[in-house]
Amino acid sequence: MLSAADLGALWLTLKLATTVTLLLFMLGTPVAWWLARSRSRWRHPVSALVALPLVLPPTVLGFYLLVAFGPHGPIGVLTQSLGIGLLSFTFPGLVIASMLYSMPFVIQPLRNAFEAIGERPLEVAATLRAGPLDRFFSVALPLSRRGFVTAGVLGFAHTVGEFGVVLMIGGNIPQSTRVVSVQIFDHVEALQYGQAHALAGGLMVFSFLVLLAVYGSQPRLRSF
Amino acid sequence: MSCRLFKFLLLPIILALTTLPASAGSITIAAAADLKFAMDNITATFRKAHPDDSVKVIYGSSGKFYTQIRQGAPFDLFFSADIGYPKKLARAGLTASTPRAYALGRIVLWSAEVDASKLSLEDLVKPSFDRIAVANPQHAPYGERAVEALKSSGVWNQVKGKLVYGENIGQTAQFVRTGNARIGIIALSLALNPAFASRGGYATIPTRLYKPLIQGFVITRHAADNPLAKTFAKFIDSASAQAIFKHYGFARIPAGTAP
Repeated sequence: MLSAADLGALWLTLKLATTVTLLLFMLGTPVAWWLARSRSRWRHPVSALVALPLVLPPTVLGFYLLVAFGPHGPIGVLTQSLGIGLLSFTFPGLVIASMLYSMPFVIQPLRNAFEAIGERPLEVAATLRAGPLDRFFSVALPLSRRGFVTAGVLGFAHTVGEFGVVLMIGGNIPQSTRVVSVQIFDHVEALQYGQAHALAGGLMVFSFLVLLAVYGSQPRLRSF
Repeated sequence: MSCRLFKFLLLPIILALTTLPASAGSITIAAAADLKFAMDNITATFRKAHPDDSVKVIYGSSGKFYTQIRQGAPFDLFFSADIGYPKKLARAGLTASTPRAYALGRIVLWSAEVDASKLSLEDLVKPSFDRIAVANPQHAPYGERAVEALKSSGVWNQVKGKLVYGENIGQTAQFVRTGNARIGIIALSLALNPAFASRGGYATIPTRLYKPLIQGFVITRHAADNPLAKTFAKFIDSASAQAIFKHYGFARIPAGTAP
């Protein structure tokens, strides 16, 4: 039922979602930690910035990225001077766009998990002469692993479901920017409903199973 | 509520609100993205003669509109970039008029970064053109013709890996306009617009390289009882509408090719 092009789009989507989730863990964890612990007056502006992609239409992000990635945009000027050309219509460009798009879905659950730990366990660890890094890795991380699962699943799933931003900056290139959501759109446009059903139905089942696994493995987790 | 209040105050308001739409007509037009500037101009001219009527235009790819109308989209007229789509609708019994050709479209090579007026399709093999924007040939007629022209000029194998696809010809022009693609193949009607023409330059692509792009329109079955749709269809044949098409680079349909 699935053509080689469909499988290519599926593989590309999984690659994109995995890359984006891992990168967001690396960059988002320190930000979430800072947001949960800091009393700085910059806390609120940064929180608002992080949550911005939640409320913005994808077209706003897509439009600004298209302009910024262009040869005269700030990112385009930088990437050209580094000799890597323009990021629009490329897989790395899609990764950056998806990281912005999925950022709140990773940082927010992590921040909630870090806040839920409270000061007490960390203070106890400090009296046992655990340094800041040791406190984070030996105390905070294990206590907030549910937050990490939630953040990972949401970041991954949200990137799989991305469409508007990809449509605006992707250029629909097989193997590098034609992800599943765009492939389904093209099938529908070209009246290939059979192929659209196969992909769309498969995605529904996949998403349901992922969410089911998450809810099932965490009995006390009621909602995200 | 007292009966008098209803009779003297609310009743006239209700009557006014409910009868207003009946006196003024309303049409919604689905138009191919290459018509953006020409159709804006044509509807503005039409509105001057019909100030009480409402004319709405939505732009997109012809293939998308074809699919949407098949699924019952409430469009009254469909201006396609290729008469093939209106003909298919007619065969499916979804139209209220015979599909008619209104203009002949042309494709051009356009860049916002370099002067493309001296360039030809053969220049696209140069490494400096690392991305070439075309409309998606699966559902945008202008993309289909662009691919045909690249194939018949013999550069297809060298350039196919450099193509980036816009959802419709309007988005394709945006890819070029923002410089994300250094060059692209777009509609002459878009390249002639001042917003695009002020940058770079364009070169028309010889018509022998692609099948004639006969643009056709049709009144949909949805507008079977809408007199304004027929009025607008008649207006398309008028000298003033034809002059606007000509202004935006559309050629008249040569006698004999019209269906």
